[in-house]
Amino acid sequence: MNSLIVRRILRGEVASAARLMRDLDDEIPSARAALRELYARAGRAHIIGITGPPGAGKSTLADRLVEAARKAGKAVGVVAVDPTSPFSGGAVLGDRIRMQRHATDEKVFIRSLAARGSVGGLSRSVFDTVTMLDAMGKDLIILETAGVGQDGVKVAGAAHTVLVVMSPGQGDDVQALKAGILEIGDIYVINKCDHKDSEQLARSLGLALEGAAPRDGWTTPILKTEALSGKGTAELLKVVYEHRRALDGAGAWERRSLNMARSAFMELLETGLRGFINEECEHGAECRKLFGALASRKTDPYSAAKTTLRKLLKKSPPAPLSKRGDNPSFRKGGRRGI
Amino acid sequence: MNKNFCRKNFFRRKAKKIRVLIAKPGLDGHDRGAKVVVRALRDAGMEVIYTGIRQTPEAIAGAAVQEGVDFVGLSCLSGAHNHLFARVVRLLRKKGAANIAVFAGGIIPAADIPGLKKAGIKEIFPPGASTRDITQWVLRTAQ
Ligand SMILES: Nc1nc2c(ncn2[C@@H]2O[C@H](COP(=O)(O)OP(=O)(O)O)[C@@H](O)[C@H]2O)c(=O)[nH]1
Ligand SMILES: [Mg+2]
Repeated sequence: MNSLIVRRILRGEVASAARLMRDLDDEIPSARAALRELYARAGRAHIIGITGPPGAGKSTLADRLVEAARKAGKAVGVVAVDPTSPFSGGAVLGDRIRMQRHATDEKVFIRSLAARGSVGGLSRSVFDTVTMLDAMGKDLIILETAGVGQDGVKVAGAAHTVLVVMSPGQGDDVQALKAGILEIGDIYVINKCDHKDSEQLARSLGLALEGAAPRDGWTTPILKTEALSGKGTAELLKVVYEHRRALDGAGAWERRSLNMARSAFMELLETGLRGFINEECEHGAECRKLFGALASRKTDPYSAAKTTLRKLLKKSPPAPLSKRGDNPSFRKGGRRGI
Repeated sequence: MNKNFCRKNFFRRKAKKIRVLIAKPGLDGHDRGAKVVVRALRDAGMEVIYTGIRQTPEAIAGAAVQEGVDFVGLSCLSGAHNHLFARVVRLLRKKGAANIAVFAGGIIPAADIPGLKKAGIKEIFPPGASTRDITQWVLRTAQ
């Protein structure tokens, strides 16, 4: 039996869903019980990641993909992530401005998220929000993250199909190609093809991708779009569907879904552990003693980290895991303490 | 080792943030003022969603509900504020989001203020109001 909030969300009550997303983003522990119920119902949506440098046209392209998918009668979710200012902790979330014409469409749910200090802009709440949209029955979920260098790579662990968007006139485009982004794209998009330099960009991208081995029965295509006018965007969605069929044909859909589940799990585990470690080293007297020993060269960082890690792993688990008893193997460790 | 340590919730980092949606209903296309407010709220540590100019009350309310914001800030210079602002409040209530507080700015004659407040607009900032006034009010009201 589902809880009231989950029933409301599954009934399609947008306000309830939005509030739960908010609580998850704010890390309210009680929200996780509802998410657990929704998680069991998710796993059907096709998740499309869009990454690329700021200003390449990702949001405008997302708007066009929503348009094309809606014409085909699909329900669509969009999660757009923007960076958090390291100075104020605030953020301007400006992706929605390009998609606002869908705001009154009941079959479209757009959510803007701030990265809130996560590496690569993929916080737990990104995974949680995608899970919720999935459980709510969205056929397609578009996940936009601004990717520069290594940051953009993370989206590959959160999507079935990754679009890497570039546009001409963004300075040294070879720079963008070097930073690992060449390996993660399932489809490359040269946007702003109304610009005269787009041919040049397409050529150098083509050269860089030349000879890349097909993956999951799929050779990465380079598509040209003009997101502003819409030219080429309906074709782009067709190619996205083709990619899905290729994955299905190669038995790779399940593999990707598994990889995505793994990424979300690892993100959670790492955040939890990092919190555990930070807490220990901020408040633990043992650690403070250790810092002194390190500063006076009585021990070295490797040995110190090794002993501390060993002790930490014997400790009780973080409260939210142990209290609800949803992880018995963790509980067995008991309260031995250091 | 202290038991307190083990009781702590390590998945929580005092993460609560104020979320605000800034929108411009009506037909005027001047959004410099709105953008200044967007930046001021961001600098005060808030997450601010900007929807751009010429928004219908329906699109504003739809976006505010989906985004799960605490506040909607409306700015209008075209003179149609009485009707547009009140409609946003009504739509939010209809969508089950009466908890979202609506505030407004722009060129609003003093005579209109009582009516707007009665319609559910929580605060109205006259043209002379500083961004500091607005951020302070939002921070205070959010508590
Ligand atoms: N000329 C041209 N401009 C575009 C095109 N697509 C997007 N833009 C513009 O590029 C700017 C950045 O677009 P946006 O979608 O916000 O980029 P993002 O930062 O990658 O999400 C906006 O001013 C868009 O209007 C296009 O195909 N041609
Ligand atoms: Mg964008």
